[in-house]
Amino acid sequence: MAKLIKERRLQDDAWKVVNLVDGKAPIDVCLPVGPLLVPVAVWKAKKACLIHREYEHGTPLGIWLAPEDDLAEIAADIDDFTVIAVHFPKFADGRGYSTARLLRERYGYDGELRAFGDIGRDQLFFLNRVGFDAFVIGEGKSAEDALAAFDDFPESYQGDAVQPLPLFRRRAA
Amino acid sequence: MYRYDDYDHAIVKARVAQFRGQTERYLAGRLSDNEFRPLRLQNGLYIQRHGPMLRLAVPYGLLSARQLRKFADIARRYDRGFGHFTTRHNLQLNWVKLAEVPDILAELAEEELHAIQTSGNCIRNVTTDHFAGIAADEIADPRPWAELLRQWSSFHPEFAYLPRKFKVAISGAEEDRAAIQVHDLGLQLVSNEAGEIGFRVHAGGGLGRTPLLGPVVREFLPWQHLLTYTEALVRVFNRHGRRDNAYKARIKILVKALGREEFSRQVEAEWAQLKDGPATLTAAEVARVSAQFAAPAYEILAADDLCHLTHLREDKAFARWVERNVQAHKVPGYAAVTLSLKKPAVGFNSAPGDATSEQMEAAADLAERYSFGEIRVSHEQNLILADVPQRELYTIWHRAKAAGLASPTVGLIQDLIACPGGDFCALANARSLPVAAAIQERFEDLDYQHDIGELELNISGCMNSCGHHHLGAIGILGVDKNGEEWYQVTLGGRQGNRARIGEVIGRAFAAAEVPDVVERLIGAYLAHRHADERFIDTFDRIGIEIFRTAAYLPKPAQKRRVANG
Repeated sequence: MAKLIKERRLQDDAWKVVNLVDGKAPIDVCLPVGPLLVPVAVWKAKKACLIHREYEHGTPLGIWLAPEDDLAEIAADIDDFTVIAVHFPKFADGRGYSTARLLRERYGYDGELRAFGDIGRDQLFFLNRVGFDAFVIGEGKSAEDALAAFDDFPESYQGDAVQPLPLFRRRAA
Repeated sequence: MYRYDDYDHAIVKARVAQFRGQTERYLAGRLSDNEFRPLRLQNGLYIQRHGPMLRLAVPYGLLSARQLRKFADIARRYDRGFGHFTTRHNLQLNWVKLAEVPDILAELAEEELHAIQTSGNCIRNVTTDHFAGIAADEIADPRPWAELLRQWSSFHPEFAYLPRKFKVAISGAEEDRAAIQVHDLGLQLVSNEAGEIGFRVHAGGGLGRTPLLGPVVREFLPWQHLLTYTEALVRVFNRHGRRDNAYKARIKILVKALGREEFSRQVEAEWAQLKDGPATLTAAEVARVSAQFAAPAYEILAADDLCHLTHLREDKAFARWVERNVQAHKVPGYAAVTLSLKKPAVGFNSAPGDATSEQMEAAADLAERYSFGEIRVSHEQNLILADVPQRELYTIWHRAKAAGLASPTVGLIQDLIACPGGDFCALANARSLPVAAAIQERFEDLDYQHDIGELELNISGCMNSCGHHHLGAIGILGVDKNGEEWYQVTLGGRQGNRARIGEVIGRAFAAAEVPDVVERLIGAYLAHRHADERFIDTFDRIGIEIFRTAAYLPKPAQKRRVANG
């Protein structure tokens, strides 16, 4: 079971990531038992089925977003999700940082917001600041090491998910 | 100038510690090259021809004498006793050792200096007018706004992994001396009909392989909204800028693809959601930062100092230096002095913009004694003493001469801009420095230079255009043709309010031909100019063809002419 960083400690992760399979329509993707993070296309194709699982079996709902996904497509459903995960195919692709801020600030999402993919210690501080509160550290990188990154900086100039007021609004006081 | 408080100190120190940890993990093999690369770049550290190159930030070009001394000291102890000032106000050290960089940064942090975001795909050092605060044509001082943007952009959590680098320039004067139209974001301070301060916003300008002038995306942005609007604009870039091709990843490509109106619409839509949020600037914060850029305690002086006038009359060499290197100041009796870093190259490895540790210290001495302890770096790669009483000019000239900082050629051909090129830079296709040196040598004669008059000649060693060749009246670009170094010439570029991208004249030249070509172009100008017409004015009047013909003539079209000769 993959390790998840949440609440500044390592936890077991019960969620499985469902991927699209080449040559298979989203409607035909199999849904294993347990809590799932599904791609947007699967969510749209199998929404009724997924909601049924939640209703009948109490299986919480989750979705994962690719960097290019349009949030408007899931805007109406956002409050249904227990976990929204944002994928970082490459750590240098910074679109997910904007995705996180939009989810938190624009869409008012207050469930678990998880970053996964090619992320590690050196991304964690900023990921945390833009609103992620759960992190699946990429393969080959140390999750223990990453725990230290929450304290990389004692202060930040901009407001963020951790401290909404920018420094200049606190400095004066 | 802006002085750090406890918060600023804590943030910069934390960065040093963070980078020390990253460097240690890299050296211990726990971070791969690929993982370390963007981290080191965001701290100004490149791996270059001779090893690591460290680019130190000079935020909006302003340094205290103490800080310049620190640069001199670092260059002496950790490098080879010199540094290179760039077209974006920064200082580059070419021979540092990777393992020592954290120590260098720790020392710099003590003096409120750093290398934060001087490279990498993030928001870079904000640049501005080197005559900020002293120019008669100023609408508002751009430096407080540049500092507010520096703080806002430093470690912005959303924008550390942009599609590509993002450069901001800000001008507060009627004449743009900050090249705002060729920046990713160019801000022009303006005052509206009600007398309120705001910004005219240009976006999507840039040089490189697709040179474009940034169109206006908002005519008037009230000052309170500077940060929220900029955040919206950079977010649109972060989300929608191309990431599939590094050459098409700058914001200019996005603005061009969407069109100015659509880009502007998207930014406005994003901004509507951020507007009036917590990042909206307060009058108190603007006042806090502005107070640190208050005018120094100027003396009440006569507009003209009599001793100065006497020296001007009696010492021709001094008068020539004043004509080129001393600029007007809005306060009577004061002047700004440009210390030239463009002395003719000694050997081929000295770049325009290079300063030795001794020169930095000499400049720091002059700043301390005569210019309220501050010094500026211009985007033309010179140092500026901004607040000098006229009566001291003669002494300053002597001392600057002794330090090799008084070449009386500001704005003339010797004051050319050049990137470090293939001698230092791993990206370059061709060497810039031997070409720069050969041109400087060809036009060494001061009378000849003064006769030619103002001429912007810019050299880049590759398409990345660090030497801003597109903006030179004469631009020279190093290109690679089957593994050989060739040089393409552009004509008619200009910076400022009438900024324009130069036009390529035709096939490229071999290095050895370049000084002849430049001489023939200048010959054509001298043959056609009207009285007191600058090169660029003659070019605008007679067009490119005459110059093109001259450039490809087999031998010089014109003999040298001497002033009044």
